[in-house]
Amino acid sequence: MTPETAAHAAPPPRAIPGSGEARRHALVVLVMDRPGVLNRVASLMRARNFNIDSLAVSRTDRENISRMTITLHGDDVAVEQAAKQLYKLIDVLKVQDVTADRVVEHELALIKVRANDANRAEVIKIVELYKGRIADIAPESVIVEATGAESEIDALVALMRSYGIKELVRTGAIVMLRGAGSIEEALKL
Amino acid sequence: MSGAVAGPGRTKGTEAMTLTKGEPPAGGTAAGAPGRRSHVPGDGTPAAAAIDQARRAMLHDVRSKKRTRIGADALMEALIRQGVDTLFSYPGGVILPIYDILGDYPEVRHILVRHEQGGAHAADGYARASGKVGVCMGTSGPGATNLVTGIGTAQLDSIPVVALTGNVASPLLGKDAFQEIDITGITLPMTKHNYLVRSADDIPRVVAEAFYIASHGRPGPVHVDFTKDALQQETRAEHPTADEVIAGLPGFRPTIEGHPKQIKTAAREIAAAKRPLILAGHGVLIAEAWDELRAFAEKTQIPVAWTLLGIGAMDENHPLAYGYMGMHGWKHVNRAIQSADLLIAIGMRFDDRVTGSVATYAPYARIIHADIDPAEIGKNVAVEVPIVGDAKHVLEALTKAVHPVERSNRAEYLDQLAEWRSDSEATSWHGSGGWREGVMTADYVVGRIGELTNHDATYVADVGQNQMWTARYTRFKRPNSHVSSGGLGTMGFAVPAAMGAALGNPAAETWALAGDGGFQMTSQELMTLAADRIPVKIAVLDNKKLGMIRQWQEIVYGGNYHSSHLPGPDFCKLAEAYGIPAWKATTPEQVDQAVRAAQAVDGPALIWFEIEEEQNVFPFMTAGKGLSDLIETWGGPEE
Repeated sequence: MTPETAAHAAPPPRAIPGSGEARRHALVVLVMDRPGVLNRVASLMRARNFNIDSLAVSRTDRENISRMTITLHGDDVAVEQAAKQLYKLIDVLKVQDVTADRVVEHELALIKVRANDANRAEVIKIVELYKGRIADIAPESVIVEATGAESEIDALVALMRSYGIKELVRTGAIVMLRGAGSIEEALKL
Repeated sequence: MSGAVAGPGRTKGTEAMTLTKGEPPAGGTAAGAPGRRSHVPGDGTPAAAAIDQARRAMLHDVRSKKRTRIGADALMEALIRQGVDTLFSYPGGVILPIYDILGDYPEVRHILVRHEQGGAHAADGYARASGKVGVCMGTSGPGATNLVTGIGTAQLDSIPVVALTGNVASPLLGKDAFQEIDITGITLPMTKHNYLVRSADDIPRVVAEAFYIASHGRPGPVHVDFTKDALQQETRAEHPTADEVIAGLPGFRPTIEGHPKQIKTAAREIAAAKRPLILAGHGVLIAEAWDELRAFAEKTQIPVAWTLLGIGAMDENHPLAYGYMGMHGWKHVNRAIQSADLLIAIGMRFDDRVTGSVATYAPYARIIHADIDPAEIGKNVAVEVPIVGDAKHVLEALTKAVHPVERSNRAEYLDQLAEWRSDSEATSWHGSGGWREGVMTADYVVGRIGELTNHDATYVADVGQNQMWTARYTRFKRPNSHVSSGGLGTMGFAVPAAMGAALGNPAAETWALAGDGGFQMTSQELMTLAADRIPVKIAVLDNKKLGMIRQWQEIVYGGNYHSSHLPGPDFCKLAEAYGIPAWKATTPEQVDQAVRAAQAVDGPALIWFEIEEEQNVFPFMTAGKGLSDLIETWGGPEE
């Protein structure tokens, strides 16, 4: 009896990879600090149809190695595919999806908010509650500097909006595993 | 009327035999045979001597090396250290420093192509036929962009090609200088890796890395762009050792051995399966794992199907060889996939031309997927048993891990497959024998070329119907005897790739099988074939159509034939203009004689096959459909 002639119902359709539920992921990518490496990473994400939410790049304490933190939305299989494609880049040394790990995740934001003598104290009070600080004061505005998780910054930005935001810049998230474990140390070079 | 051509172009059917010479040429260079008008001077004539002298002067006039070692020298040394014997290239302003010293390196045969795209495809064909890295080169700007289609072709098919380009001197970079284009920006997303070299001191390391990356792990093209000043600077940089190259690439560590636990799991799946099928892909050929594939199939008595680029991984005459799968694959093969309970995929990537609709693909099958590229696993279909590793090593390990199975234990399954096979072969036009009634069918032409070359030539297909006919009807028996642009589907591939294939594997007769459309895209390389006497036999399958476009327009677009009618030149006169002897065949009974005539030529030759204009390739799975929804006939009784 072959499946073709078998008298049972047709099997359910085969799942198509990447068609699951999307959620936010954070990838840590260690790369060789070579010309064009940022272009390679960005180009790959674009070409493979992944949408980067944020991307932060900096040096590490090791010579010639840079670290990127990429946040993006996608289902787990799709993001795994992105990670595997990234890993194929010759200049990429390591890719780790830390979404499920215990991490410290921060970004820095600068927010230029309308503030005058009438409401400056109120603004400063809110900023202090958010463990932010005032980086600059002018007669009609202040620059608020805040660090925290993406959601914390979102909340502060929402509050500042009622005073009027003149300008906003955010660095995008950087993350580090909690505890003694180190993504960099695990690198065998 | 030109000597090597007979018969006015378009007539067909009952017209008298158009093989003009009456007999095939009796060996020797046909073009130089007395009494024949040709633009290639005959051997021994003063004109031939002059050409030879000029060619020798270009390549072998070794000048005194009483000069400093410059970047271009470092490049040539590095190529020779990598075993490069052939360089497909076209000169230009910024790579003149290389051409200036090329004569000092007679070890490398320079093939002066007529267009950089031809050079890139030639390097690709060279790599596919030889298993070595192919090398092509072009100048900055248009020279570099002309290489791009060939580089993309190599990328999609995982072919080890190193493409070299020059760029403007580094102080001019970014100034929109003459013939400057950001070529590394262009090739970045379509190469395995690329480099911009601005200093001669970096050349030995970069070239060594380029070859290592191109040929290790999953192969692919690597592009190296040199600024003109880097080629001209004096350098004492030494060439790195193999260990130094590896140490310098910490981000490139391909996995070769399959994980033992996964091998064990796979062996369990194989033992439990009642209707298993092996899907052999290009990875089997790249890993030179054809013996391991056969051993595994024989030990387990599991039949083998193959992808377009997996053709040749198994001798088609082997009792367990089942056939070519996918959109234009054999119906019995697709049927076997749709009814399998286990697919063992080795070195293939479940491309959309293989699966059709993923939702309905192999609905009863669990899947074992082995590939050297982890990103291929789970990319297009979800699989039960992923194995990352080189096909040769994985197949070896699997063969050890499985229990032997007697044919009698699979008799019911194998007998059913055999029955499906005889059904599907009988219903195709190939089996119905349209040629017996005098219809010049393409499958007949391709089949005869296969037969008359003892199925042992290198067959280089173009893209479209000709490619599918070649894949289906040549009957391949030797690994790397089939060369085809599978992933990118690059029309114009056949002639230049065959040029490279003929040089990459000179022991094999080389045939380019092209449609009239693809042939016209790169026919300038006829001159390269003639000038360098590269013995490629070209079969132009001329249906005066873009056949596959016409087929889609007929079946999918309701017969709205826009731009698929493709008038062409008199292909015999065209070939003759280049000094290439040519024949024309318009009826089935002329095919054998034309093929034998072309085979007898010592050098390139062309046959113009005027084939039935509206033959379709069946079966045909239209886009968005699944492997169970094949169109097998269309229209009248013949189709």
